[in-house]
Formats: sequence, structure tokens, C-alpha cells
Amino acid sequence: MSETVGKPLPHESAELHVTGDARYTDDIPEPKGTLHAALGTSERPHARIASIDLEPVRRAPGVVAVVTAADIPGVNDIGVNGDDPIFADGLVEYIGHTIFAVAADTVEHARRAVKLAEIEYEELEPILDIDTALERQSFVLPTNQVSRGNPRKAIEGADHRLRGRVRLGGQDQFYLEGHIAFAIPREGGDLLVYSSSQHPGEVQLVVAHAMAKEAKDVVVECRRMGGGFGGKETQPALFACVTSILATRTGCAVKLRLDRDDDMTITGKRHGYRIDYDVGFDDQGEIQGIELEFSSRCGMSADLSGPVNDRTMFHADNAYYLDNVSIVSHRCKTNTVSNTAFRGFGGPQGMFGIEYVIDEIARYLNVDPLDVRKQNFYGVGERDVTPYQMRVEDNVLPELVPELERSSDYRQRRQEVDAYNADSEYLKRGLALTPVKFGISFTATHYNQAGALIHLYTDGTVLLNHGGTEMGQGLFTKVAQVTAHELGIGIDQIRCTASDTSKVPNASATAASSGSDLNGMAAQAAARTLRERLTRFAMEEHDVGEDEIVFRDGRVQVGDQTMTFAELVKAAYTARISLSATGFYRTPKIHYDRSTMTGRPFYYFAYGAACSEVAIDLLTGESRVLRVDILHDVGQSLNPAIDLGQVEGGFVQGMGWLTTEELWWNPGGQLMTHAPSTYKIPVAGDLPEVFNVNLLPTGRNNEPTIHRSKAVGEPPFMLAISVFHAIKDAVASVGEHRLSPRLDAPATPEKILEAVEALRRRMSEEHERASHGAV
Amino acid sequence: MIASQERRDRAPDDAIRFVLDGEVHTVRGIDPNTTLLDYLREDLRRTGTKEGCAEGDCGACTVVVAELDGDRPRFRAINSCIKFVPTLDGKELFTVEGLRAENGALHPAQQAMVDCHASQCGFCTPGFVMSLFALFRSESAPSVDRINDVLAGNLCRCTGYRPIVAAAQQMYRQAGETDGDWLHQPFSNGDREISPGETELVARLRGIRRDGTLALTGPSVDGGTHSYFAPTNVADMAALVREHPDAYLLAGGTDIGLWVTKAHRDLDTIIYLGNVPELQQLRVTDTDIEVGAGVTVTDCQDVIAEHFEDLGELFRRFASPPIRNAATLVGNIANGSPIGDSMPALICLGATLRLRAGEKTRELPLEDFYLAYQKTALAEGEFVESVTIPLTPADRHFRTYKISKRFDQDISAVCGAFCLELDGSTCRSVRIAYGGMAAIPQRASQCEAALEGKEWSDATLPDALAALEHDYTPIDDMRASAGYRRMVAHNLLRKFFLETSGYDGETRVVGQRR
Ligand SMILES: Cc1cc2nc3c(=O)[nH]c(=O)nc-3n(C[C@@H](O)[C@@H](O)[C@H](O)COP(=O)(O)OP(=O)(O)OC[C@H]3O[C@@H](n4cnc5c(N)ncnc54)[C@H](O)[C@@H]3O)c2cc1C
Ligand code: FES
Ligand code: FES
Repeated sequence: MSETVGKPLPHESAELHVTGDARYTDDIPEPKGTLHAALGTSERPHARIASIDLEPVRRAPGVVAVVTAADIPGVNDIGVNGDDPIFADGLVEYIGHTIFAVAADTVEHARRAVKLAEIEYEELEPILDIDTALERQSFVLPTNQVSRGNPRKAIEGADHRLRGRVRLGGQDQFYLEGHIAFAIPREGGDLLVYSSSQHPGEVQLVVAHAMAKEAKDVVVECRRMGGGFGGKETQPALFACVTSILATRTGCAVKLRLDRDDDMTITGKRHGYRIDYDVGFDDQGEIQGIELEFSSRCGMSADLSGPVNDRTMFHADNAYYLDNVSIVSHRCKTNTVSNTAFRGFGGPQGMFGIEYVIDEIARYLNVDPLDVRKQNFYGVGERDVTPYQMRVEDNVLPELVPELERSSDYRQRRQEVDAYNADSEYLKRGLALTPVKFGISFTATHYNQAGALIHLYTDGTVLLNHGGTEMGQGLFTKVAQVTAHELGIGIDQIRCTASDTSKVPNASATAASSGSDLNGMAAQAAARTLRERLTRFAMEEHDVGEDEIVFRDGRVQVGDQTMTFAELVKAAYTARISLSATGFYRTPKIHYDRSTMTGRPFYYFAYGAACSEVAIDLLTGESRVLRVDILHDVGQSLNPAIDLGQVEGGFVQGMGWLTTEELWWNPGGQLMTHAPSTYKIPVAGDLPEVFNVNLLPTGRNNEPTIHRSKAVGEPPFMLAISVFHAIKDAVASVGEHRLSPRLDAPATPEKILEAVEALRRRMSEEHERASHGAV
Repeated sequence: MIASQERRDRAPDDAIRFVLDGEVHTVRGIDPNTTLLDYLREDLRRTGTKEGCAEGDCGACTVVVAELDGDRPRFRAINSCIKFVPTLDGKELFTVEGLRAENGALHPAQQAMVDCHASQCGFCTPGFVMSLFALFRSESAPSVDRINDVLAGNLCRCTGYRPIVAAAQQMYRQAGETDGDWLHQPFSNGDREISPGETELVARLRGIRRDGTLALTGPSVDGGTHSYFAPTNVADMAALVREHPDAYLLAGGTDIGLWVTKAHRDLDTIIYLGNVPELQQLRVTDTDIEVGAGVTVTDCQDVIAEHFEDLGELFRRFASPPIRNAATLVGNIANGSPIGDSMPALICLGATLRLRAGEKTRELPLEDFYLAYQKTALAEGEFVESVTIPLTPADRHFRTYKISKRFDQDISAVCGAFCLELDGSTCRSVRIAYGGMAAIPQRASQCEAALEGKEWSDATLPDALAALEHDYTPIDDMRASAGYRRMVAHNLLRKFFLETSGYDGETRVVGQRR
């Protein structure tokens, strides 16, 4: 063994990143004659194409080929459910729907040419928002429900009851590297496609279908992405297909790099939601019964909306035991871009719903929301079964939350905030501490498998490959650490190589935070196979027992002699020992029945909590996060530096989701926030001045995951719900904490000011009523 | 005429010269509309510099340009995605590929980024490295607030920034540990001897300095011709503007750049004013500040801030450092966007423009410059030479507020500016102007009238607020609804009142006046 696992090693590509040497898809040298593609898209949200004239496009300077649905050799679909054409054929269903594509000699020629198409539309009535979709019963998938007990009866019989509605906006992934695909024709019509993709295996299959080829004819490769966040799970397929069609048509390499505006217009985002609730509770705020109804904006096709909305349902309990509960999920079809995966995958929206309800209960009872949260926490050994019938066996919140409450000085600061607010007329502060419990595994059980491939070379260096993709989350580093650990070598002896469908087949998407859980285990298995072969060889060669052989620090102790790892490998080679191995892993224990939405969809849960303090300006609605304390459980960390980065980065991204990042469509159904000039993700100055982030020191996965670590990609995102509730708390001070503000997300200055003004109106109405009553 | 005669006599020079990797780099026959980012990535295949947006908003494309500042080089980060290649003429360019020492050692900015775990996906990283490199070479010991400001133009979606800010501090500590490469030594307030490396750089820059107009023609995307002129004195410039009334006048290009990268427009003829020394002047007297048309926001913001604290705060939040390093104040004014940040304040302060056509100049109050949406009082062949801001009497109250979704690097939903002179407690003179409330930056004349000659007190405010209602009919868009704009316009006046009438509680959540 050697000291690699658990160490804060830098990202395996860090030096390449800082020098500009790291190659992304657009940086790959282009073969001579490479053409560049651009997409022609719909300008109407819902219309039949009455006529289309592409002659002006064909005649434009530099244009080599123009293709439409009619030019697709195979199946015109990239979707999960057959509802997502590559090129809209007759019917367009959102502004940005691809209709045709162009290949030209330069990027600029291609982009100019697509604007020249003459398209006549026969407009159909569009459905542009959730409310209209619900009214018209417009869904991409049937409504789903999970329930337990008798919520209706429990609500009606409870001491108190609240009903309400809250709206929650979507979010663009805003990976810094936009979508890109680069297809190179090979002999016999085969294709090599470089794709900025979290799921090269799916890109391979979709391209094969579109091209009327077979999987064996298409190789898809991705060394790294400039960020993915779920936005490159299903979405890359479209661009890979377009380049493949054009490359096959022209015989040239074809690259399609989306301009940022196109990227944000054409690719799916986090689903926005409307959440309706009806809850009954007792004097302590303990929930007796609850009905939650989630309606999400899925856009024009199903894409991943099924599992995304399922995950909303699986997280509508967050950390709370709900005895009598009904969770309903409507998957609304709208004439807007088809929404997709984004860090948390529906989980954040589910959690947002229940946290909002808990906050409402606390305001109603005029008690600290943290106390209501604690009152409803899952128990340990009791009150521990989720609405979907999974037992919560690893709950660390009963220790984690009090620890954060202490370290963040929550109670003391609550008093300070009150004192500040009493003195300050125009600026108000707010404080909130919220927990996260997030289920780890793909809910599609068959995705929970992974493969790895390791080669040993005779100089003792290692080539590592696995089905996971690197998008910045540090997966390659962690898997290399695991591999180095097994072989007793340094991480610098290992070369991480591009995800490649020809090396590890049928790999799942790198998603659901599962990357290192799955691929780490697969690589460990492969490395163990190799180590065992080397061990057996050394035992025979040197006539020693297995326990006399130790791999450490690049050397191998064999009985009383030591040799370098390279020497042993070289000797094994000479003795004709196989030096290449695959590894495989599948997650145990999980199962779940889609028809009843019950079972054990998750192998385990990841936990965390955050305490945020904010200030708001009652005159402008501006807000600022002042201090954040986070305690997060990553189990036994494989790499604390990387894990800390995931926690901090996830939190800040979540903060953006709930504050500055607003998706805004004009009345014609066009997304107007499609570039960083109009869509505002957090910048450095938005960081809280005090930002204390800690990993739970006692963290250890109950389940035998890779070195007892826990997944960390998604869970920290939801820590940012504390920011939203701190803002709501600050607004509530305007109602003297007696009335609860209505605040939708994202809490932009406009929404905050609206909430403040509405609360003021209610206060004065109440005041009026009271004085009338007195008369 | 004389000037243009002279210009014709000199052979037009058709090559762009700038320094890259320490060597003079000559570019010929290029479309003058080519952006530096495309040139780097496509022509030179230096792919370390990235495109994240092609509109100056993400910082992935950040590079650093060195220019002469007296007899020392000055280093500035800029956005290569909206920088036209010909404007590099006479400068030295640094890209992320050029920062290693000769022995291969990483630059302290790079090493600190590695050591602080400040890259995840790495796509934003070269841009951050270059912003840090510019900081490293131009300031010592920046505070965290200052670092946040410096990084306002660099987006990172992965890290949450904390480690990058840590790297910005760490690089100064790391600097001592590296070898003798002068680029790896931090800036030191000018108290250090100029290093041999800097001396060489200065010599290189002097070596490619140009006296006459740079005149270029190159093929356009669609097979036509584009031309480009960079005059080196104002008379030549005036003559060129006359000769080419349809030419695009290019200053920092932070508006114009987007017309090419986003609107795919052809700029057939460009006249670049960045090399005209007369337009680079920043003059401060007892009575006013005059800012030449070539002066960047970076170069005038501190001077203006000394006199108008709130303008300092506004400029701190105006775009980002790399944009401000290119953008001119006059360009902001001339572009005439209804949401431009500087205009409400400058209108309130009674700024005037000097316009020039040929040899003739005229003065025009800024508020009369805007005629209608995107239409100004500039006549054909005329351009803005400078803007003059009168220095206000000490007893005048001035405030300007920018309201946007994000504090840093965002466009205003509403920008309000207020200027008040009191006689005792009576409003002697009031000037109020808003951006984001109408098709042009515009004074709130009815509101002003409701205040003029009245008591500056709680009692007068309701009338003024009611009058404000009639001054504007704002619109709904992605930045804010009309209702919000209206309410905020009201509340900013209220805030101005609070801040100038003895209220002693806090009134701001951000900024120096927090
Ligand atoms: C990312 C980004 C963020 C931004 N943020 C802000 C912000 O926060 N607030 C804000 O107000 N603006 C913002 N802007 C716009 C701002 O940068 C510009 O308005 C800038 O000030 C224009 O100056 P420039 O020198 O770049 O002008 P250019 O782009 O070169 O020119 C702009 C226009 O003015 C004309 N022009 C320039 N100089 C003259 C002259 N001397 N005489 C006549 N006409 C002239 C040009 O012909 C052109 O029409 C932002 C821009 C970007 C790209
Ligand atoms: S590419 Fe985004 S700022 Fe230049
Ligand atoms: S590291 Fe990915 S965007 Fe910054």
C-alpha cells in the first residue's frame, strides 16, 4: 500500500489547467479540411413548418452541405422516449428547436449561413408555463404518486393547518465550456466522435441509430469536459449526431461548437417547479399529515424528466419523517426547451418544497425554524422509514446538526440578528440553518454498474481507464489514487486516459454523484487482479508466502528482498504473465419497483447542513450573504481537497440557483437570459465574507463503499437552501416574525422587494382590521 | 486638410506589429474584424486561451497586454474575445502559454492555483491565471475585497472561488521562492529599480512604436474588403472621420466587439482612436475634470472617485476590470445605451461634451446629447473629443446607485443619480436622472420641479415621489419588470433623502459606503 488514498492531492490535470495545456474538445488539432457546423433553429414556440427554403443557405459563402430530417440515414431521434428528434420534421415545439444544419469551411460562414433560411410557419397555440400546462393537462409523462397512511384525515384532524404554493425557478448549468462535438469519418464509414459528454456510451448508441450503424462502428471519446453538471448527460447526443451526419455526408471531419447563446437556448436546464402543499401539524410543529404536489416544467419532451421528477419525490421528505404523506408529481409539457439533468437531479426541488413548508410552520407558530426542523427529523431506530419504504439506517443528522448549531453560534447569532433588526430600519438580517439528506445511487438500478481497464507496462507505469468521465469533479484523480493505493505506487506512475467507448464498453453516465463509488470500485477490482497476479508470480519466483509480499511506495517487498515495482513487472512480463486486467462493480442491495415507487432506490445517504446569514435592503430588495458555516459528511474522504472543492463549489452554485440566476422568457416564449450578460451566476464577490466549510471528521460510510467514502458531487448543492431561508427570515422581520412572507425563488432583488411590500400590505391590513375590531 | 495631406504622403503601413513571447510578431492581410481570440486559437493554434461566451462576460479568454506607461511597462488584463487584432499594434501580448520560466517553472500565479486546488474542470483557469498575472505585475498585497473586484470578470462554475481567492494571496508568498525570471517577480510600487527584463520590454515596445497612421485592408468574411485606420494624432483622426462618414469609430470595442461576435455584423471601415495621444488626456483642474475620448474607465476611475465617492463605487461595479481596461468613459456615453451606467450621474453633475468635426469643435451639455433610443446629437463626420465634469461645490450632495441582479459585472435594471444643493434646508438646485427607466438616460424633470425651492424634508418627499411617477414609463424585460423599476426609482430617491438628511442607520448592503 502507499499513502495516496485520503490525501489532498492536486487534481491530476492541475498543471495542464494552469498552463493552458489541458486539451478540451475544441483544442484537438483538426485534420486538414475540417468543416464547421451550425444549426438552423425554430423561431416559433409551436408551429407547423408550412414551407422551408434552404437555397439561400446552400448558396452562402463557404457552405459545403446542408442537411435536414430527410438526410438522416437512420432514426431521427435522440430521446429517451422517442419524442426528441434530431431535426424537427414538420412540427417545431420550442424556440431553438433544430430544423437543419450546415457545414461550412469556417465557423463564421456556417453561423452566418443558417440565418439565411426562409421558413414559413403555421403557428399553433403554445403552452409556455406550468399553470397553463396543468390547466390543459399537457404532460410529457403520466402523473406519479407515492403515499403512506392517510394524509387527508391527518391534516384535517391536526391542531393546525396551512396551505400554500411556492414557485421555484429553473437553472442553466452554465458549464464554462459550451457543447461541442467533433466527428471524424474513418474507413468503411466508421466514425470517431469526440464529444464533450458525461455519457459517451449513450452518444455512441444514439449516433449508431441515427446513422443506421451498429455500436461497433462508432467510437466516442472524451478526455475532459469544461464542466458538465448534468447538462452534458443526454444533451451531447444531438450535436454528436449532427456532426456524424455531416461528416458522413461530406467525407470530412466536422466540428460543431455551440455559441453560448445557442447553447443556452437549445440545451435543457434544471426544471422549474410549482409546489402546492397542504399540511397539518401540532403545537410543536410536528407534521401530522402532508400533501405535496409538485408540477415541473419539463419542456417539449420527456428527456430525463421521468427520473428527475422521481428524484424530487424521493427527496420531498429531505431529513424529515412524514407519517401520513402524499407526494404527487406532474410532469408538464411546455413549448420551451426540454429540461434535463442538473446537479441534484430533481432532489433540490423536492427538498426545497419540504423546507419551505417547515419554515411556514415555524413562522405560523412563531418559533425558531430550526426547532421545527429538529422536531421532525428522522429518528434513529424509530420514525426512520421514508415515504417510499426505505429505512434510513445511517442518519448522522442528530449529531451533525447540533454540532453545526454549536460551531456556527446559531442561538447567539439569532439574538444578534434580532438586535440588529430592531435597530436597523432599512437593512435587515436573516439567519437559517437547514439540513440535507441525499440518496446515493441511480434510481434506474441497472445504471449502477461500472467497468475499468488497467494496463501495466514493463517500465512499471500504469495506464488507467474506466467508464467514468472527468468534468472537473476530480474523478480521475480519485480513481488514480485508489489504483495507486492497490498497487503501492505513486499517482505519478499512472496515466489517466480519456473515457473511450472502445476501452470500457457500455459505461453508465457519470452522474448521480456515483462516479467514484462505481468507477473507484471497478478500478480497485482491476488493480487487485493485477496485484494478485504479480503476488502469485513473486511467490512462485521467490518461494515466499503471500503475507511476505508488500507493495509500497513504488517498491515491492518480497520476503527479505525488495525491488522496484517496475522490476517486478518487468520480471512478470518476461515470465509471460498477463499485465492487463479489467474490473467490474455493481452496487449491492438496491432495488425498487417503479410501479409503486417503493423499495431501496439508494445504497446510502449523504448528509450535511449549512447555516447562512444574510442582509437585505428593504428599499431595493438587494441581498448579500454575510456568513456561511457548513458541516458536510463525505464519509472517509478519498481526497479531502477535492471533496472540499465539491462542497464549496456546489454550495455556491446552489446559492446562484436561489438568488441571482433567473431564467426569463418573453411573452412570445423566447428565453431572453441566454448569455452571461443576462444570466448571472455567482462571482467571487458574492462569496460570504466568512465561509467556514468543514467535512464531518467522524464521517464513515456504513456501507463498504470505496474506502468507506461517500459521494459528494450533488449533495452540497442543496446546502444553499439555507441562503434562501435566511433571506426569507430577513423579510419576515418586516412582519415582526408573526406573518410569513410569500417568497418565490430565485430570490432576486425584485422578488425580495415584492415579498417585503406584500408583507407590509398585509401588516397594515391586519392593523386596520385590529383597529376596526377595537371600534 | 494639412494633416490628411501628410498622411497620404507617408506610405501606408499595412502590417500589424505586436510582441509575443518576446519577439515581434507581424500580421498581414488579416480581416481587421478578426478578434484576438480567434486569431490565437485558429491562426496561431494557441488554444490555452478559451472561449466561454464571446461577449466579454466570462473571462475565459483573458490575456494580458503590456504598454508603455512613461518609461515602465504597464500590464493589463483584457478580454481577447472582443479585442480586434489590429488594436494590438504596438503592444506586447502575454497569453497563458507564455508564463513559465525558461527553466520550465510555473509562474507563481500558476503554482498558487495548483497548490490551492483552484482548478476543477480547468476551463476557466487560464483566464483566472492571466487576471492574477496582471494583478501580480501591477499591485502588491491586495486585500480580499480588492481581489474579489479584480476577479469580477472571471466566471468559474466549479470551485465557488474560495480557492482562487486564496491563490491570489498565495502567489505573492510563492514569488520569493522562484528563480530570477523577472515576470515571476511581483510588482513593487515603483520603488524597485527597473529590472533588465522590464528594460528590454520597454525597448521592444519603443522599437515598434508607430508615428503615422496604421492603415489596413483585409478580406471580409463574405469575400468583400474591410479597412481599418489607426491615426496617431487628432487632426488625422478628424480628417479620417470626415473622409469616411460611415466608418465605425472604435474606442475600447466593448460595445462594438459584440456587434461582430454576436450580431455577425461587418464593420466595413473602422477608425480606431486608441492611438491618438490628444484623446488620451485626463486633465484635472480646480474647476473640472476633463476625460479624453481615449481614456479608459480604469484610467479615470480613481481620479473621478477622489471627487465623487459614489462614482468611484459605481465604477468599481461597472463591468469588470478587463472590460474597464478597454472601455472608455466616452464610449459609454457615445454608445448611448439607456442602461449605460455613467450617464445618469454625469447628467446630474452637469457634464458637457466637446464634439469635433474636422477642425471645428463645439460644446454640448450631456443631457442634450441623447435625442431618442440609440440616437444622439452627433452630426455626420463628428465625434466626441472629451467629456468634462464640473467639480461640484463642497456643500453639494451627490449620490448614484446601481441596482442589478448581481452586484458585480451586471447591467443595471435601474441606475439613479441625485445631485442636491441646499440653502439651509431648502432645495436650491436639484438634479435627478435615471437610467433603465426610459429609452434614453433622462432627467426626472417633474420630480425635480416638485422639489425645487421646497424644504428637504419628510413632508416634501411624497409630492416628489408622486411627480416621479409621471417622469417615466419603464418597460418589462429580463432585468426587471416595469413595476419593480418604478418602485426602485421611488425608493432610491427615498434612500438619497435618508443619506442626506441625517439618518444614521445603515443604508447599503455593499460597497465602500456600507
Ligand atoms: C462584459 C461587459 C460588461 C459591461 N458592463 C457595463 C456596465 O456595468 N455598465 C455600463 O454602463 N456598461 C457596461 N458595458 C458596456 C461598456 O463597456 C461600454 O458602454 C463602454 O463604456 C463603451 O466604451 P468603448 O470604449 O468600449 O466603446 P466602443 O465599443 O469602442 O464604442 C461604443 C460606441 O461608441 C462610439 N464611440 C466611441 N468613442 C466615440 C467617440 N469618441 N465619438 C463618437 N462615438 C464614439 C462607437 O462608434 C460605438 O458606437 C459592459 C460591456 C461588456 C462587454
Ligand atoms: S469568451 Fe467570455 S469573456 Fe471572452
Ligand atoms: S474550474 Fe470549472 S469553471 Fe472554473
